[in-house]
Amino acid sequence: MASESGTLTSSEYISHHLTNLTFGKLPAGTTRYDGTVVGDGGTWTFAHGNEAAEMGFWAINVDTMFWSIALGLMFVWLFLKVAKSVTEGVPGNAQNFVESIIEFIDENVKSIFHHKNDLIAPLSLTIFVWIFLMNAMDLVPVDWIPFVASEMGISYMKVVPTTDVNATLGMALSVFGLIIYYSVKEKGVGGFLAELSLQPLGKWMLPFNLFLELVGLFAKPVSLALRLFGNMYAGEMIFILIALMPFWIQWILSVPWAIFHILVITLQAFIFMVLTIVYMAMAHDHH
Amino acid sequence: MNINLTIIGQAIAFAIFVIFCMKYVWPPITAALAERKKKIAEGLDAADRAERDLQLAKEKAAADMRQSKEEAAAIIEQANKRANQIIDEAKEQAREEAERVKTAAQAEIEQEANRAKEALRAQVAVLAVAGAEKILEASIDEQAHAQLVEKLAAEL
Repeated sequence: MASESGTLTSSEYISHHLTNLTFGKLPAGTTRYDGTVVGDGGTWTFAHGNEAAEMGFWAINVDTMFWSIALGLMFVWLFLKVAKSVTEGVPGNAQNFVESIIEFIDENVKSIFHHKNDLIAPLSLTIFVWIFLMNAMDLVPVDWIPFVASEMGISYMKVVPTTDVNATLGMALSVFGLIIYYSVKEKGVGGFLAELSLQPLGKWMLPFNLFLELVGLFAKPVSLALRLFGNMYAGEMIFILIALMPFWIQWILSVPWAIFHILVITLQAFIFMVLTIVYMAMAHDHH
Repeated sequence: MNINLTIIGQAIAFAIFVIFCMKYVWPPITAALAERKKKIAEGLDAADRAERDLQLAKEKAAADMRQSKEEAAAIIEQANKRANQIIDEAKEQAREEAERVKTAAQAEIEQEANRAKEALRAQVAVLAVAGAEKILEASIDEQAHAQLVEKLAAEL
């Protein structure tokens, strides 16, 4: 409920919570939120309100980057700590925990991906744990971190990186890049193109095949990104809506939703991981 | 909902975490897991082997026990036989000894009887002469009659 002007309307509260802390260059001539006009050469600043749209592509969501990298470092730190003191004897608590995750990932990778590639398992591990941690930020009550941030003078703070489509799309495009890379590496450029154009209907229907396969190909990263983004965004939205209710009824709604969300965040991380493994396996398979 | 540079930032962060994970996290942990798997397999193997060994040792112990019992029984039997034999021998010896003692005693008795007879015979001659003297109350030529009496005594 932090705001600069004291009280907020519901829609202002919601849109405030769904706005990223964006840093970028406002072009010259833009009218700012306080009515001033940006002078010649533009200005580098944090966006207020709708200004992020004016900044175009060359702007960065600082909160998304901060939280995702912080959570990623947390993941790497924990796993590296265990990896350094790993013992094949009796494992400690941390090692037990890490091992159970790694075995879970390894099992999934082995059951889906039958080629030799040392990247796939660590890739899946990173995807699963990192996305899980980013999603888990959803369970932090929606006002806590934004409130602390606003006390520190930061007016926008979206703490769940996966509710930013840039984050999910960034990962999905990375996976897409790997799909293309391994398809070409395993089958050659010709083999990959043949796979795109000569099936399912044979060479006489080449344009139709190509259209079909390209749609399928590009649907992969888009569906990956939007599935995760959509689920997390909707979940976050519900939390925000619950936070708008009278305080005495909030827990009745937010507790069940949070408990349900434990399932959702795990499931979404798992789906992203499994689909990545499946796409990687498809990229390696020869038809 | 603005698409911006964050996409690339996120992709770079993603790549760095994945590469880091691939280089420093995944290999040591999976190696340790594989190593532990091997150790457990070896341990189970050793346990199986030990169980088999124990079984064999038990069988061997039972066989040894059986054999020892048989040997002990044989020894006891032999000892019994030997004891009987010793008793028989002792009995035989005792019988022989008794026989010998009996024979010696009989010989001695015979000898003693003969000696008594001899003594008696000598006495009888004297007594007879004395008797005859008394009866006859006469002086009889002892010389002449001694021969006669001795003949009589010899007939006794």
